[in-house]
Amino acid sequence: MITIQNYVQAESLEEAYTLNQRKNTRILGGMIWMKMEDTAVGTAVDLCRLGLDTIEETEDQFIIGAMTTLRQLELHPGLNAYTKGAAACAVRDIVGVQLRNMATVGGSVWGRFGFSDVLTLLLSMDTSVELYKGGVIPLEQFSEMKKDRDILVRIRIRKRPGQFVYSAMRNQRTDFPVLTCALSQMDGEYRAVIGARPARAMIIRDEDGLLKDGICEASAEAFASYAAQQAPTGSNSRAGAAYRTQLVHVLTRRGLLKLGGM
Amino acid sequence: MEVKLTLNGKPVTEQVEPDLLLIDFLRAHGCYSVKRGCETSGCGLCTVLMDDRPILSCSVLTVRAGGHSIWTLEGLQQEAEDFVGFIADQGADQCGFCNPGFVMNTIALLRENPDPTDDEIRAYLAGNLCRCSGYDGQLRGIRSYLESRRQKGGSHGAER
Repeated sequence: MITIQNYVQAESLEEAYTLNQRKNTRILGGMIWMKMEDTAVGTAVDLCRLGLDTIEETEDQFIIGAMTTLRQLELHPGLNAYTKGAAACAVRDIVGVQLRNMATVGGSVWGRFGFSDVLTLLLSMDTSVELYKGGVIPLEQFSEMKKDRDILVRIRIRKRPGQFVYSAMRNQRTDFPVLTCALSQMDGEYRAVIGARPARAMIIRDEDGLLKDGICEASAEAFASYAAQQAPTGSNSRAGAAYRTQLVHVLTRRGLLKLGGM
Repeated sequence: MEVKLTLNGKPVTEQVEPDLLLIDFLRAHGCYSVKRGCETSGCGLCTVLMDDRPILSCSVLTVRAGGHSIWTLEGLQQEAEDFVGFIADQGADQCGFCNPGFVMNTIALLRENPDPTDDEIRAYLAGNLCRCSGYDGQLRGIRSYLESRRQKGGSHGAER
């Protein structure tokens, strides 16, 4: 069980950053995962007073504060119009409304959890993270970095014209996903993002030009086979590696056909 | 440290430990409808409303609830009375352990969406687990309540 000696609602990002340089300090997100850890926290720093709990939509991007909840992501009209509902689809089976009212986008992204529906969705878009000291870097780069003592402030999604489709396989609704799969096409660039492999989500691009002439039954099948070869899978209590690889194939093909309006 | 919040409409100020969970604070204040279940944020037994939004009190620090308004079933008896009879009529209360969480989340659902479809009810209540009923009884009960309200010409039913 987690124990906390001191709790501070930071007045500024600088204060939060300074406090966070101590090893036994933790920045609080939604606390869903952290609460279950068996650890002693010296100082828990809460960013709840820094106005980071909104989604701002501008002409060319969405700016999502780190303390924005998954429920806000699910219900945001602009984001769901841009993603054609993929944003809501990605989070709606994450436990229940109560949990999604608490879990934060920042917590999900910072954690870089293997099972993350949120990371899978965001990697399918032109997404960057804004770190307090590290500046703005692509989410793909951030997802491969080791955790450090910086602070995730915002997530930025550039509104590149595109199409997005999200699907996931769960043994039971509200459970962790067995596999997550987001497909996108932005300015002619295709991406398949495969997560819960059970390792963290990875982007598979169409390096061989299998989709260069567009999506049809044959090209979707070819790219799905390619994705299944490219995505390493493993086994855990939810599913075996071979089953997951089969799911990569099936969900990628289905997603591509949907992306192509078929 | 000091925490100030509103509990069921009444202001409360108290010294608490930084790691005291809201569920423990609420039960210490006599709110025994708030139940400890899975403790992994998955069962919905500990559902309360924070500023009208349903949350899991097993996963929130009491200090984080400072400045907010918390409602438990003890403070929402009248609103709950409208529909709990319909749920009981369907035999959906059974052992009763999950009921307060279900009722709290149903209150949140009906405030947010006064005339939900079956799929919307299922989706909203997906985070409330019940080991007895198989969920159909609760669904029938809510559906029956909504139908009764429509027949009475309730404002929400009449809008559609």
